[in-house]
Amino acid sequence: MKKDMVMKTVLFIFFAVLGLLILIPFYAVTIASFKPGGDLIRYGLNLRFDLSVMSLDNFAYLFTGDHAYFTWFFNSLFLTVAQVALTLIVSATVAYGFSAYEFKGKNILFICVLLIMMVPFEILLLPLYTLIFNIGLMNSYSAIILPGVASAATIFFFRQYLSGIPKEIISAGRVDGASEYGIYIRLILPIMKPSFAAMAILNGMNSWNNFLWPFMVLSDDRKYTLPIGLKTLLTPYGNNYDLLIVGSFFSIIPIFILFVAFQKYFIDGMTAGAVKG
Amino acid sequence: MIKRFLYSQKVAPYVFVLPFILVFLIFWVYPLGSSLSMSFQKVTLGQDAQWVGLDNYTKLMGDKTFFKAVANSAVYMLLTLVILIPFPMLFAVLINSKLMWAREFFKSSFFFPALTSVVVAGTIFRLMFGEMEGSMINSILGLFGIEPMKFLKGQVTGYIALVALATWRWTGVNMLYFLSGLKNIPDDYYEAASIDGASRFQKFTKITMPLLKPTSIYVLTISIYAGLAMFIESMMLWNGNNSPKNIGLTIVGYLYRQGIEKNNLGYAAAVGIVLLAITMIINLTQLAFSGMFKKED
Repeated sequence: MKKDMVMKTVLFIFFAVLGLLILIPFYAVTIASFKPGGDLIRYGLNLRFDLSVMSLDNFAYLFTGDHAYFTWFFNSLFLTVAQVALTLIVSATVAYGFSAYEFKGKNILFICVLLIMMVPFEILLLPLYTLIFNIGLMNSYSAIILPGVASAATIFFFRQYLSGIPKEIISAGRVDGASEYGIYIRLILPIMKPSFAAMAILNGMNSWNNFLWPFMVLSDDRKYTLPIGLKTLLTPYGNNYDLLIVGSFFSIIPIFILFVAFQKYFIDGMTAGAVKG
Repeated sequence: MIKRFLYSQKVAPYVFVLPFILVFLIFWVYPLGSSLSMSFQKVTLGQDAQWVGLDNYTKLMGDKTFFKAVANSAVYMLLTLVILIPFPMLFAVLINSKLMWAREFFKSSFFFPALTSVVVAGTIFRLMFGEMEGSMINSILGLFGIEPMKFLKGQVTGYIALVALATWRWTGVNMLYFLSGLKNIPDDYYEAASIDGASRFQKFTKITMPLLKPTSIYVLTISIYAGLAMFIESMMLWNGNNSPKNIGLTIVGYLYRQGIEKNNLGYAAAVGIVLLAITMIINLTQLAFSGMFKKED
């Protein structure tokens, strides 16, 4: 048993060291947000904890200064909520269609779902950009929400989840005279609740952090989301480090709080699909 | 009448999957098709497109910058595969061991970096790999007597910064994938192996690795995809799509440069089609070799 204690200690120390390495960038950005931007320009991001240069100035500027940070913050919040709500409703409905029925073309359609997961979205950037331009949706949130509303990964996850639900529920619903849609809304949706939590968290995290496509679509800085806004603080003519660093730090906080509260759902959503391949 | 039609058991499934059909046609099939046709045209926004046959592709084959971008993406992908599959697998096995303390705590803290957006993570790493003597990486190297380096100005050191960023963000996520794969291996297998006198190492190579295969294939597939499609990481580290001698230019970066920055949409579309072809060929070969297309899997 003594050997076990040695192993346990060795393992613990190994992971503690790895954990510290992983947390170092967070430590660096946290202390940097208490230092003046000039310090960053002069010394870069560093590990020096020096109370003599640290102050709450950046935070004061974040909350009271003349900048659009909180506009971007609330845009992100709004877009995330809208995107998650629509994506979940649409994807769940589609997944139910795939799971509850046999119909002509079902297999081919499902292969298309899988195919989407294998085609790099980036190659669609230009044609999608011209399409959005042509139908006049440029600079609108619908241009960001609509293409992802039937999310392949989310459909896949919901279908897996639904495959574990007995089909008898559906037949029982029919016997009781419920319509096809009534069965879905009144019997199936309530059962799906736990899987909604996992997908809400995963989609929410992706949406909150999404950058490339919104960056291409949005041109009005009042409509920018947080990552785009932060990116614009870096310019070839100079960088607004005071706001950038404290803004970056602050942008991680909400998702951290969510993570601590709903860890299980983050992890369920993240690892969905990995096991069955 | 219409209501009865829509409510019939034959029509209902199509109503349910209709949103997918629409999104697929409008936002995937149509753009993919127009991407393909654009790649045979000379297109500039606001002007009529001209058909130019294979011109874009022949020009691409002689384009040194394009090959630089392909090489960068390929090297980045390979480096991430070499690091982000074996190590997370090993960590998952260790953390899953009965001898592990505070397992849940480590599982979550390794996941933290994945919560940051690539913009924020990229900014942090750009500043950590800054060229000043006092910036984090250089000051740590200084402790070992190594001269400060200009990380983002050289090819090899540039890769180091890119791969460090990827490793930081994805080690924990890939570890979680392997952990959820491990959960599906029954304990009996290990007990039976112990009775037969198998060593830890034998258990790992004869039981754990083969049974983790589906998870490994999944991680491999998404890593190939993510490696070849990488763009924003590079854009954040170099504060734009231009890096010295294009050391950070990726395939998508080149697509973006030609299509958006130079308004050369036809040529950019050809870049996209080549990217699609590379991704599909690598992934389908990989899946065929790993036996994913066999029925019994």
